[in-house]
Amino acid sequence: MTVRVIRPGLLTSVQDAGRYGFQKHGVIVSGVMDPLAHRLANMLVGNEELAATLEMTLRGPTLEFQEDALISICGGDLSPTVAGVSVPLWKPILLRKGSVLDFGQCRTGTRAYLAIAGGWNVPLVMNSRSTYLRAGIGGHEGRALRTGDELQAGELTGLGGRIAMRLSIQSGGTSFVASEWGIAKEMLPSYSSEPLIRVMRGNQYEWFTADSHNAFFSEPYRVTPQSDRMGYRLDGPKLELTEQSELISEAVAFGTVQVPAEGNPIVLLADRQTTGGYPKIAQIATVDLPLMAQSKPGDWIRFAEISREEAEWLWMLRESEIRQLKMGILLKNA
Amino acid sequence: MEATFQPLGDQAVVVQFGTTMSLEAYQQVRQVASMLDRQPIPGMVEYIPAYTTITIFYNPQVVYDWYQSQGTKEREQDADSLYQICCNLIREQLNHAEHQSERADRTIEIPVCYGGELGPDLGDVAELNQLTEQEVIDIHAGGDYLIYMIGFAPGFPYIGGMSERIAAPRRKSPRLSIPSGSVGIAGKQTGIYPMETPGGWQIIGRTPLRLFRPEDDPPSLLQAGDRVRFYPISYDEFLAFEEGSS
Repeated sequence: MTVRVIRPGLLTSVQDAGRYGFQKHGVIVSGVMDPLAHRLANMLVGNEELAATLEMTLRGPTLEFQEDALISICGGDLSPTVAGVSVPLWKPILLRKGSVLDFGQCRTGTRAYLAIAGGWNVPLVMNSRSTYLRAGIGGHEGRALRTGDELQAGELTGLGGRIAMRLSIQSGGTSFVASEWGIAKEMLPSYSSEPLIRVMRGNQYEWFTADSHNAFFSEPYRVTPQSDRMGYRLDGPKLELTEQSELISEAVAFGTVQVPAEGNPIVLLADRQTTGGYPKIAQIATVDLPLMAQSKPGDWIRFAEISREEAEWLWMLRESEIRQLKMGILLKNA
Repeated sequence: MEATFQPLGDQAVVVQFGTTMSLEAYQQVRQVASMLDRQPIPGMVEYIPAYTTITIFYNPQVVYDWYQSQGTKEREQDADSLYQICCNLIREQLNHAEHQSERADRTIEIPVCYGGELGPDLGDVAELNQLTEQEVIDIHAGGDYLIYMIGFAPGFPYIGGMSERIAAPRRKSPRLSIPSGSVGIAGKQTGIYPMETPGGWQIIGRTPLRLFRPEDDPPSLLQAGDRVRFYPISYDEFLAFEEGSS
């Protein structure tokens, strides 16, 4: 199963859930920016959760499928079409041999995830298929996709085979068939250009002035153009320490909000460094990382405080929804 | 030194030994790391050791499933959250950890071309400390250093033992791009950038050595616990070294 890249899009790379276990050597995690959309995309085509998807950013690629292929697209709406016909998101899709999948303007979110049954078959580097762009390792030749690249899909699973089989006997368009079922509306994330992001206090929260605490939780922060997979630099009311003190470098995490001396917060994301020395005012709840990662320069972010217990509880709730969904997909395609 | 526990969000625990950099804190961090290598706690994904802290990342689902699988007696202890369960597991292991002897030290010599366009902040560091550029170089290259941790970027060593006479605060705003091999100062720390990356350290020079080696296992030339010495080289020697290694 070969897919040819006709046009690579703005930034399209192979990513999985991340390269864990090497942070003690300073090797960053990488992986998808929106773990939920990536996971759901894999589930819709019957993939293992560890399978790699294509992460597409703002302006998606044009891809030619040289055989029939079971795919799904989840995340931001980058206006996918085949032969001029809109392809729905959040559903399994059977593409006919020779189909050209094209993406247009970005309607919602920032990143979309293209899963293919069997996963994108690139070599494992340090136990992961994620592209680590800055180091030039992992993914497809350690880099973002370019015109003329050819990507291969892995072996599809039994479940993937059954989903594809059912779609192939369903009537549909000439170039693709969209499944009647998909991710339920209630479970779809509501990407927004003014998202409310829930955070816990960071370990240096008390280092900041009362005015900074107030501003951080009451004023919106704008996402600046200096924002990428490593982190988003935000712009808004300056955050100040009660006294100048240097933090001894320590671990940071996906969603850490750190504040350099100039006072503008930086949100650390998928390609974050492993450790950092700037005070951490907040940590984004894991369930809200997708909303943060789907925002783009010019968007306004608001932060709301929740407790760690709430964050844990929201995460457990999300996981149980995902388990139910997985069960539903299995039953539907038994 | 007593270990204290703090959460880093909803999926990690920071175990801290004091609030100042010390050899004692470093050794305690090394000990926890080797303890976790031998016996990871249930649900552990990985850990990141630093100067005074070691941060342990866990998968909450695995921790939850493990907890549910325990008898009611074990579950009686105070645990109102998954974070608390992890803290209890770590504390318990700390209490039972035997002292492990450290492996033998290595000393690694690192050539550095100081100042000029390879070390744009050398002048600022000298001025801040009321020294000449040559004095900063002599002090930096005259020290014996210990690698406390590898972090921030692949193979980036955090090096302790720098003289306070050449200390300098981080830059107010991080640079968007610092070339690979750059040698920097942040506060009382010195370090080397293994690859091109944004960063806030004051850059005083550059080494032609390759620190990140993704084809090797481990993928980092330097390891926590290594001893390091710097020696000055000229710009021509720097260029010759780079050509020789490529």
